Amino acid sequence: MLVSINWLKNYVNLGGETPESLADKITKTGIEVEGITYVTDGLEDVVIGYVESCEKHPDADKLNLCQVNVGEETLQIVCGAPNVAAGQHVIVAKVGAVLPGNFKIKKAKLRGQASNGMICSLQELGVQEQYVPKDIADGIFVFDEAVKVGEEASHYLNLDDAILELGLTPNRSDALSMLGVAYEVGAILNEPVHLPDESYTTAPIEASELVTVKVEAKEDNPYYGAFIAKDVTIKKSPQWMRNFLIAAGIRPINNVVDITNYVLLEYGQPLHAFDFKKFESDEVVIRRAHEEETFVTLDDETRSLSTEHLVITNGKVPTALAGVMGGRDSEVSAETTTILLEAAYFAGKRVRQAVKDHQLRSESSTRFEKGVDPNRVKKAAYRALHLLETYAEATILSGVSEVDTLTYDEKEVVMTTDRINDRLGTTISDDEIAIILDKLAFNFDREDHMFTVHVPTRRQDITIFEDMLEEVARIYGYDNLAYTLPEGGQHAGKLTEAQQLRRAIKHYMEGAGLNEAITYSLTTEERAKQLVSPELKDIAQSAIRLKMPMSEEHSTLRLSILPEMLDVISYNQARKQKDLAFYELGSVFISSEQTVTRQPDETLRVSGALTGQWLSHLWQQEQKAVDFYVVKGILEGLFGRLNLKVSYQTAELEGMHPGRTAIVRLNDQTIGFLGQVHPTLAKGYDVKETYVFDLNVDAIIEAVDKAPNFNKIPRFPTITRDIALVVDETEAAGEIKATIEASAGRLLQSVTIFDLYQGEHLEAGKKSLAFSLLYLDPERTLTDEEVETSYQDVLEEVKIKHRALLRS
Amino acid sequence: MQEKLQALKEDALKKVNQAENLKDLEAVRVEYLGKKGPITEVLRGMGKLSKEERPVIGELANTVRAEITRALELKKSTFEAEALNEQLRAEAIDVTLPGRPVSVGGAHLLTEIVTEIEDLFIGMGFDVKEGPEVETDYYNFEALNLPKDHPARDMQDSFYITEELLLRTHTSPVQARTMNEFKGNKSVKMICPGKVYRRDTDDATHSHQFTQVEGLYVDKNVRMSDLKGVLNQFAKQFFGEEREIRLRPSFFPFTEPSVEMDISCKVCQGKGCSVCKQTGWIEILGGGMVHPSVLEMAGYDPKEYSGFAFGMGPERIAMLKYGVDDIRHFYTNDQRFLKQYHNL
Repeated sequence: MLVSINWLKNYVNLGGETPESLADKITKTGIEVEGITYVTDGLEDVVIGYVESCEKHPDADKLNLCQVNVGEETLQIVCGAPNVAAGQHVIVAKVGAVLPGNFKIKKAKLRGQASNGMICSLQELGVQEQYVPKDIADGIFVFDEAVKVGEEASHYLNLDDAILELGLTPNRSDALSMLGVAYEVGAILNEPVHLPDESYTTAPIEASELVTVKVEAKEDNPYYGAFIAKDVTIKKSPQWMRNFLIAAGIRPINNVVDITNYVLLEYGQPLHAFDFKKFESDEVVIRRAHEEETFVTLDDETRSLSTEHLVITNGKVPTALAGVMGGRDSEVSAETTTILLEAAYFAGKRVRQAVKDHQLRSESSTRFEKGVDPNRVKKAAYRALHLLETYAEATILSGVSEVDTLTYDEKEVVMTTDRINDRLGTTISDDEIAIILDKLAFNFDREDHMFTVHVPTRRQDITIFEDMLEEVARIYGYDNLAYTLPEGGQHAGKLTEAQQLRRAIKHYMEGAGLNEAITYSLTTEERAKQLVSPELKDIAQSAIRLKMPMSEEHSTLRLSILPEMLDVISYNQARKQKDLAFYELGSVFISSEQTVTRQPDETLRVSGALTGQWLSHLWQQEQKAVDFYVVKGILEGLFGRLNLKVSYQTAELEGMHPGRTAIVRLNDQTIGFLGQVHPTLAKGYDVKETYVFDLNVDAIIEAVDKAPNFNKIPRFPTITRDIALVVDETEAAGEIKATIEASAGRLLQSVTIFDLYQGEHLEAGKKSLAFSLLYLDPERTLTDEEVETSYQDVLEEVKIKHRALLRS
Repeated sequence: MQEKLQALKEDALKKVNQAENLKDLEAVRVEYLGKKGPITEVLRGMGKLSKEERPVIGELANTVRAEITRALELKKSTFEAEALNEQLRAEAIDVTLPGRPVSVGGAHLLTEIVTEIEDLFIGMGFDVKEGPEVETDYYNFEALNLPKDHPARDMQDSFYITEELLLRTHTSPVQARTMNEFKGNKSVKMICPGKVYRRDTDDATHSHQFTQVEGLYVDKNVRMSDLKGVLNQFAKQFFGEEREIRLRPSFFPFTEPSVEMDISCKVCQGKGCSVCKQTGWIEILGGGMVHPSVLEMAGYDPKEYSGFAFGMGPERIAMLKYGVDDIRHFYTNDQRFLKQYHNL
């Protein structure tokens, strides 16, 4: 809503407020002023002139030589405007004036003739092209009425105005009118609101003799009034009205259209003027449109209607789409003599439907959608008739032809001083509350500490105590509320164990050298199915697709973080960032239904992607590229940190390198995987050799022992025995290790693999693996015999299970 | 005898002094203190001495031996120290060469912001709650006083999956879920950070996915001044003690009265500049007193219980606090961007 300060002054005394101070007060009281625009930065030396003579320039066809009286002197001005003529009152920028755009007026010679100033168009004075009336869009501005030569022109054209741009929240549709804003400002400044003149004289003929109204859809249209104005003269509206319309962002057209627009802005009540002759009927019928009925709106568009839309008809065909836009065929034009003025209340829902279906939002529809003030519907018509009588020489017929089922009642809200103070934390007195209600111009009954507020119908947003609480609070001033801290509940806040562990996992990943990334949950349908961990793949029956995605790129919820993570790798590699290590901890969305009807499982995963050099310490010839074991080391570190025992098994997963991928198992359940991205998939993402991991965070958190018991620190010495075994190269070291752990007995503390050898000293197809076994008896000193027994057991078992022989 | 011992001592000390290395020193030790050395010889011949002489000579011989030993030790340690110094000189390295790199990663800027907010509110007695990102229409809208035909619920603005399921458009459903969990008879004091989704085209200031942190406190006798006090604490802790806060009336369907909170602009100290659009204030969060319908739907009697709620956007806060100029930076994960905030 654009609010002209000069216009606002018609209704409320602004005292000494500047646009800035007023804007600040309005913002603090509840309506955000999003901007202040000055029409011009204060024009000087721009005055009203009288064109005494106008002759063709002797040496230029398109230029005129004008003698212009500007009061104290008469200036010769060369003017190129096609519409300039002797006898006009025009606007003259004198030498020394600075027009918008820092355009300085200087003495000039045009084709040999002196020019001492400029006759101005509205555009040159800073009015936006789109608001300049079409009849003067290509020429200078000419006054219609007698104005005083030599006076500053600013005020006549409202160029000294400031416009406040109000950002209205959906509840404050009452401020979609100048009167509404006046009530708000009046409450802030404690000033009364002066209402506009709604009086007019009537002809002895009743409107109802010319037209009848029939409403078939009363729920959609609880009030419809048809007023008749005869003998109208279509012409320009008065300059002040044009000025205010321009200030409000509406282009002036002619007096009748301008008056309906002016009243719409003034009262917030949309009106519509039909050319009664072109209406071609003596009855107005308001009904739902028929299926596939068509009709041409004012903007020359053919609209196809449905039973969801409300139309105004002449009993046969639609003449307006109710509350949104009038019809072309009954539009007011220069030939119009009799007007049917519509003042109506249309239900927001019906108007909203039409706006949505036709993508057609107008100043009218915006107001009906949000709900207009029932008590202002007819008043707006009276105001328009007053203006039609004054500025279109109209004869107004008596009365109105109407159908009225509208409710005009004011809502009542009861509140007590105690309850207000309890909720706000204030000590406002009864009298202060009464003063606040007076400022708001709300009627109320007062009984001790209890107020019964009769909420005016212009404030449709106020229905319950809390709404009134806000009114009291904002007029009292949010600034005046104290700063207190809650008194109840001495509750100590903390993170849950799961939240703490999640933080620990993230800290670990960062300490391990990974940068946290955050990617989008929405991806392509194709990507959503890639690199999904096997245990999730077993459950997921579908990738969840949005009903109306904005793009294919973000159409489907992820089942794995990794595809978007590969995109991050690709993005960085494309920017010459070669050594990369990222992780993300976030949800993936697993639905066990083929057609989704329930909320999916949101499983937390921690996933990572690494590529390039892991370590690069060049001058010491130390360099290590990211490989499978770098990533595995990171995971081992994590599980070590969390005291969890996991196992790794060779696996072939779609999208992963078939020989460099392992699944991770915890407590006999797969919880994720790691490995190298399959070169084909990597190519698809345009990434170089990349290694990834993906783990189920929920399962990890579940398994962590949150209250570990104390274990005594051993007092007895350990004994180490090393074993070098020769096995087939296909034997998995991890499995041999597991066999050793299972067969070595209770004294074995740990097994470390410390050597792997393949080469000339061994038979082809064989490899040698060396293990170091650490023994300890926590209760006493170990004997060599005990260790030897265990050692032999191990040898026996690995021979059976892995055909492993002791390396000689 | 005494003269002889004195002369031995003089000789020995002289030779110790003259020794040039450990080997010379060892030779001196063997010569004088060895089993066949002269002092041992003297001590061995003690039996031939008179009763009176024996203790005198014995003590002298021991003294001489001790003195020679001490001189030897002293000289030896000098040689050893020299040798060690020599070795250390040879071991010198160029300390200006670079060390072996330790790669350390870091948290995402949004995580840093959210963690800081979490910790601040935990300090004020709030718990941290979470909720699903795929939410039911009921929790996302209806339970928050946004019934089915509410204009703010345009299909165009939300990512629906079915008629009843959508990606949550705010973290507020966690409010309703938490209150439901407590069945209307327990105070709720929590914040809930999380991802939210809106049907927006991504550009410098819009993102179809972004982060929110929501806060809720419901109890008996919660006042609007409490909201002001808590938010003031938060703003001062988070943005700096010198910052002022201001509450303005606003509108949200799930709070009444509703507020928007501004903090004084850091760039111009509230005087007005381009960052704060000449107002001196920067909008930080929205909130208000929980709407009685929301309380009621969650089983709380609005006559007995009241509460406040607020919500803020970590992206916006990060953009303001660190001058990040494009919201898309948070989601493209350019390593050069991420690393800028690892010192936080």
